[in-house]
Amino acid sequence: MSSRESILSKIKASQPEQRALPGLTGLNLQVDLVFQKYREVLTSIGGTVVEVGSFDEIKTFIMSEYNTSLRLITTLPELADIAETGWLEADPHSLSDVELTIIRGVFGVAENGAVWLTEKEMGQRVAPFICQNLAIVIQKENIVADLHLAYERIGNEENNFSTFLAGPSKTADIEQSLVLGAHGSRSLVVFVL
Amino acid sequence: MQHSEAADIFNKDVERTTWHDETLWWVRQKRDKVAFQIPEWESLRETASQIKNNVLSNLHDYLVSFEEQAIRNGVKVHWAADAEEHNQIVLSILRENNINSLSKSKSMLTEECHMNEFLSHNGIDVIDTDLGERIVQLRQEPPSHIVMPAIHLKKEDVSDTFHEHLNTEKGNNDPQYLTEVARHHLREKFLERKLALTGVNFAVAETGEFVVCTNEGNADMGAHLADVHIACMGFEKIIPKREHLGVFLRLLARSATGQPITTYSSHFRKPREGQQMHIVIVDNGRSTQLGRKDFRNSLKCIRCAACMNTCPVYRRSGGHSYHNAVAGPIGSILAPNLDMTKFADLPFASTLCGSCSNVCPVKIDIHDQLYKWRQVLVQSGHAPTVKKLGMKAMNFTFSHPAAYQLGGSVGRKIMKALPFLVNNGMNPWFKNREMPEPPSESFRDWYKKNRKK
Amino acid sequence: MKVGLFIPCYIDQFYPQVGVATLELLEKLGCEVGFPLNQTCCGQPMANSGFEHLAGSCSQLFIDNFSEFDYIVSPSGSCTLHVKEHVGIHPKGGIYELTEFINDVLKIDKLDARFPHKVGLHQSCHGQRGLKLSQMSELNAPGFSKPEKLLRMVDGLDLVTLDRKDECCGFGGTFCVTEEAVSVRMGIDRVRDHVKNGTEVLTGGDTSCLMHLEGIIRREKLPLKVMHIAEILNFSN
Repeated sequence: MSSRESILSKIKASQPEQRALPGLTGLNLQVDLVFQKYREVLTSIGGTVVEVGSFDEIKTFIMSEYNTSLRLITTLPELADIAETGWLEADPHSLSDVELTIIRGVFGVAENGAVWLTEKEMGQRVAPFICQNLAIVIQKENIVADLHLAYERIGNEENNFSTFLAGPSKTADIEQSLVLGAHGSRSLVVFVL
Repeated sequence: MQHSEAADIFNKDVERTTWHDETLWWVRQKRDKVAFQIPEWESLRETASQIKNNVLSNLHDYLVSFEEQAIRNGVKVHWAADAEEHNQIVLSILRENNINSLSKSKSMLTEECHMNEFLSHNGIDVIDTDLGERIVQLRQEPPSHIVMPAIHLKKEDVSDTFHEHLNTEKGNNDPQYLTEVARHHLREKFLERKLALTGVNFAVAETGEFVVCTNEGNADMGAHLADVHIACMGFEKIIPKREHLGVFLRLLARSATGQPITTYSSHFRKPREGQQMHIVIVDNGRSTQLGRKDFRNSLKCIRCAACMNTCPVYRRSGGHSYHNAVAGPIGSILAPNLDMTKFADLPFASTLCGSCSNVCPVKIDIHDQLYKWRQVLVQSGHAPTVKKLGMKAMNFTFSHPAAYQLGGSVGRKIMKALPFLVNNGMNPWFKNREMPEPPSESFRDWYKKNRKK
Repeated sequence: MKVGLFIPCYIDQFYPQVGVATLELLEKLGCEVGFPLNQTCCGQPMANSGFEHLAGSCSQLFIDNFSEFDYIVSPSGSCTLHVKEHVGIHPKGGIYELTEFINDVLKIDKLDARFPHKVGLHQSCHGQRGLKLSQMSELNAPGFSKPEKLLRMVDGLDLVTLDRKDECCGFGGTFCVTEEAVSVRMGIDRVRDHVKNGTEVLTGGDTSCLMHLEGIIRREKLPLKVMHIAEILNFSN
C-alpha cells in the first residue's frame, strides 16, 4: 500500500463522527466610515495612505518622494512616462534593483489595512515583494469593511497567485523591536483615487 | 533533559527570566488589545472551532478533494507517512533537479521532522530565511517559539552572532542595523537559490490553493524567485472552503502578535510559468492523534502561539525547556502522541491554570488535555516510580479516615503524604518557601470541642 | 437548607482558622451547617498528578460522608472544582465554593463585616477559570467577580488593583515541588505585583495558593499579611 493510501485509510478509520459546518453570519465587523478606518489601520501598521484626485497627482507625489534616478517599474499605462512598463516577461531575478514598484490593487480591507492583489495586477509575482518600496493604487469605492466581505467579493475567482498585502515588510525578531523592511518592501504607499 | 531541570537552569538567571516573562506578557497584552477591538471576537473563535471540528470529521474527503484540485492546478502532490519519508521526498526533489541548496521560510513541520539535519547530512545547504530562524540557525540552536523563534535571545546575543558570522560591527546592538545586514545577506540567498521550501498555514479543500502567512515576505521572496517551490504541510492544515479563510486570517495574527493581519497572506494556486510546485502532505503521528478521542482536538491548532505567550510556565522556563519542536502548552499535548517516553514530563510542566484554553483561537481544551495526558502517561507506566509510591501512600491515608486522624493527632505525620508539605530541608518546597506553621489544634479538633454536642 | 461543610485536608491541619471563619460566616448568614467528621481529602492531589485511577476509594469515602446534605460548600475553589468534575456526587442543591455559594445561593447584598485595610485579591485559577467565579482576562466578555463583589461589601476595605489581575501563582499541586524553580518564581512575581500596588493583606479563595504565597512572603520577610477570604468576610472589630 502506498503512503497515500495508508494515510487516507488510517484517517478514515480514525476521524470522528460528522460535525456540521457553521454558518458565517453575524461575524461582520461594524465599520461606519470605511475609508477612514482603512487609513487609520494602514497607518498603524506602518503604511501610508495618500488621497489623490488623478494620476497626475500620483506622478507629482512619486517625483517628489522617491529617488527617480533609480529604477521604477509599473503595470499602469497611465504612469508609463515615469516608470518602466516593459518588464513583464523579464527574468524575475532582474527585478532585484527595483527601487519602486507601482501597481493597481483590486480592493482594500478596512479592518486590517490590507490590499488584495492578484498576479494580473502584480505583473510578475515577485514585483510587489522584491522592490525597495511599493506603491499601490486603489479606488476609494473599492474598500470593504472586513475579511468576510473581502472573500465574498473574491468569490470563486481562479487566480493563479494572489495575496493580501498589509503594510511594509516587517520583523520584530530581534528583542521584539519593530523594524520595517525585513525582506520585502521597506515602505508602502496606497494611493486612494 | 526534563523540563523541570531545564527550567531550573533557566531560572538561575533571574533578570533574564524577568525579561523573558515581560517580553512575552507584552505580546499577550497586544493580543488582548486587538482582540477586544473586535466585538464578535468570541463568536469568531467559536466559528473557527466549529469549522475545525467539521474538518476533523471530514479529513479524508477534504484531503482527497484538495489533492484532486491541486493536481488539476498543475501541482505535484506527495504523501509522507512519517518524518523520514517527508525528508526523503524533499531530498528526491532536490536530486531530480540537480539542486544542492535551498532557501526555507518558516515551517514548524520541517522542525518536527528534523529536516535541516537530514538534508545537511546529505550534502544539501539549507538557509533559514525568517530572521529569527536564521539567527538561531547561525547559533546552531532550535527555535524556542513557533512564531518568534529567537525570542529567548537579547539583541546583544544577536549582535555577537552576527559579528561572528556576518561580520557586523562588534558591539553594535541596534536591531535596525542588524536587520538591515540580514536583509542584504538573505537577499543574496533568495537570488541564488533555485529551490524554495515553505510551510503552509491553510490548505483549501475546495480549490487546491494554499495560504502562507509571513510578515517579512521571505516565503514570497523565496517562492517567486525559485525554479522549484516545495510546500510542506501536516494534513490538519486543511480547511473546507476559501470563505473560511476570512475567519482564520482574522484570528491568526491577532492571536499571535496582536497585528490585524500578517503583512503577507499569499494564496498559491498554480505554479508560475516554467516553475515546479510540490506539496508534501505529512502524517507523522497525526492519524494516531486523530484516533485518540480525548486528544484529537489538538489537531485544530493553527500555530498562533497565543498559548505560549500567555502561559506563566512557558514565560518563565523558555521554549527550549520543552525539548520539542513545538513548545508550551500546545506542544505539551502534541508531543506525547509522538513519543510518550521522551515527552512524559511535558504534561506535568503546567499548573493547569487554564489561560491557554481561553486564548486559543480555535478553542482547544488545552489544559483539560494536559490533565488527561497525565492520566494516560501514569497508567501506561510513564510516571517516575518514586512519585507513584508516594501517591499510593497518600491515597491509602486519605481513604482511611482513622489513619488520617491518627496522623493528625500525632504530630501530623500524615502530612508526609502530601509531597509539598514534608517538613524537612530536603523538600524542594523548603528551598525558597517557609512551611506553614502547625497550629495548636486542627479544625476537626476545634469543631469537636465547639460544635459537636 | 442543610449545608455540608467540606474542609480540605491542609486547611484542617494547618489553617483551622479558615475552617472556623467559613463555618461562622455561613452560620451568621443563616445556614444549618454540618461537618462530617470522617471526611479526609477529595483526591485532587492524586488526580492532578495523573493518578485519578487510584483516587476512587477517596471519592467513595467523600460520597459516603456528604450524601445527606442539600449543598456541599468549601472554602477552596480548587477542591470544589475537583469534587464537581471528578468525584461523582450530585447533591440536590449543588456543590459550591464559598463565595459562589454566598453570591448565587444566599444572594446577599450586605455583609456585617469591617476590615479597614488595603486588600489584594489573588484570583486562584481553578476557582476563576474552572468554576468561573470571575471573568477571565483572556475573554472579550463583560467583567464580573464573585469574590470581589463580596469584598466590596466589607466596610472600610480598600481593594487594590493589580498589574496582572489573574495570573497563576504557580502552586499547581505537586507542580510546586516537581517544578520548584518555576513555581517559586511565579509566586515571587505575584507577591511583587501585590507589594508594588500597595497590598497590606493578600487574600484569596484557595488556601493552597495562599500557603504557597505565604511561604514566599515569610521567607523573604515581606510586610504582607495573608488571610483567606472567609476570614475577611467574617471579620468585625
